[in-house]
Amino acid sequence: MPANDLPPHVVSSYDQELRRLREMIARMGGLVERQVAEATEALIRRDTDLAAEVVGRDNEIDALEAEIEQFCVRLLALRQPVAGDLRLIVACMKISQDLERIGDYARNAAKRAIVIAGQPPFGSLNGFSRMARLVQQNLKDAIDALVTDDVQKADQVWAADESVDDIYTGIFRELLTFMMEDPRNITAATHLLFVAKNLERIGDHATNIAERVHYAVVGETLKEERPKGDNSAYTVVRTPE
Amino acid sequence: MNDQPSIPVAELTGSFGGLQARSNAQLNSVARISVRNLDFYYGPHLPKALKGINLDFPDRQVTGMIGPSGCGKSTLLRVLNRMYSLYPGQRAEGEVIMDGRNLLSPDIDINELRSKVGMVFQKPTPFPMTIYENIAFGVRLHEKLSKKQMDERVEWALTRAALWNEVKDRLQSSAMGLSGGQQQRLCIARTIAVRPEVILFDEPTSALDPISTLKIEELIDELKRDFTIVIVTHNMQQAARCADQVAFFYLGELIEVAPAAQLFTAPKHPKTQEYITGRFG
Repeated sequence: MPANDLPPHVVSSYDQELRRLREMIARMGGLVERQVAEATEALIRRDTDLAAEVVGRDNEIDALEAEIEQFCVRLLALRQPVAGDLRLIVACMKISQDLERIGDYARNAAKRAIVIAGQPPFGSLNGFSRMARLVQQNLKDAIDALVTDDVQKADQVWAADESVDDIYTGIFRELLTFMMEDPRNITAATHLLFVAKNLERIGDHATNIAERVHYAVVGETLKEERPKGDNSAYTVVRTPE
Repeated sequence: MNDQPSIPVAELTGSFGGLQARSNAQLNSVARISVRNLDFYYGPHLPKALKGINLDFPDRQVTGMIGPSGCGKSTLLRVLNRMYSLYPGQRAEGEVIMDGRNLLSPDIDINELRSKVGMVFQKPTPFPMTIYENIAFGVRLHEKLSKKQMDERVEWALTRAALWNEVKDRLQSSAMGLSGGQQQRLCIARTIAVRPEVILFDEPTSALDPISTLKIEELIDELKRDFTIVIVTHNMQQAARCADQVAFFYLGELIEVAPAAQLFTAPKHPKTQEYITGRFG
């Protein structure tokens, strides 16, 4: 039963604390979404200043993660939560770790954007914008699902990662081809491969968050295998004879 | 812990066979006592205090019963050893099956029943006698033992109740000189001295300090190897710590029964969730 549908706690300060916890996660989620958006924008616009801002802002995310963890430990010790409250607190603790890791991927992408900006451009980065838009949407929906106890939304995010994987596999093949065409592309293409991988991992963490929201709201873990489309591990591009 | 879902009992209508089968499968144990369609009345013109209760108490497991005051959990405990028979006008309908016999039927020997189903109360109630006599007194009502046999029985009971080392040098002193926690363990020793099969605990630690409470909980954990235990408690953490299965009662109904780990992480019934998370009122 979603906690938002239940009557309030007899001890109202407990409700305030749980509300504050959700707000902290929402704030961290918003910050992380912005990092992902701006890292991608910096890459596409070859904007090294913006990329540097993203790199510098990662500390804020790390600090928020530490703050959320301490707050959760405090709640566990002082409130001895059970049932839905316990599941929410444990989920928030784990989600803050997912968000922190997403922040790391965004920072790494921004660092690479600085290197890539110094290399000759080639090809199009449309795949990157599309992929970034998708993972940002999934991330946003996953956090919204937590804040509103919306299990349907969480389940949609959980099942929506396949198209991210498809784009990633496409980018992987494309970049291999560029590298074979002209070895001068190798530096930028290799960095771009890592950026694509970072975005793909961000998508995976968004589905983790969705899984945790599902458990927090309904009390059962998602049992089915998540649909996956990342075939880059099997991708081979033949060299021209 | 098994991951089978628990069943909100309030949603079961009529048939309880499915519940019993699954609750037993979860706990890997057969029922020592089975309650079937139990209704209870405190007086001829009073409403039902228990409504159609169906519940199994698995053999050598701890069943915790929780719920707000007046929900019927203590009433059910008092039905299990026919304590209510002491009060005229109180009436139980349905069946409480133990060893194939209905404990509610009039031909049950109540003294024999109470030696099989012992009870420990909220407040320690030592008799104003020596420590030794507190144990021996109840045993003499049921058995003829020689002095040596009685000594052995007293030592056994005090040892099982984790009190022997603290009192072995002063068995002839008054039990009233013991601390609250020791008195409660003496009452447990007195209960197990007649070698019951089931022990009922009615809020056994609500008058004790935290360390004495933990000693009693440790003792309950130890005793469940040999006895089937039913504990009524207002302390939910205690139910979570001690019980294998937990039953939640509300307004005379059994709302939900499930393995403790499941009930406290993912209860099925909204009322259970509201109660254990502190949203009642």
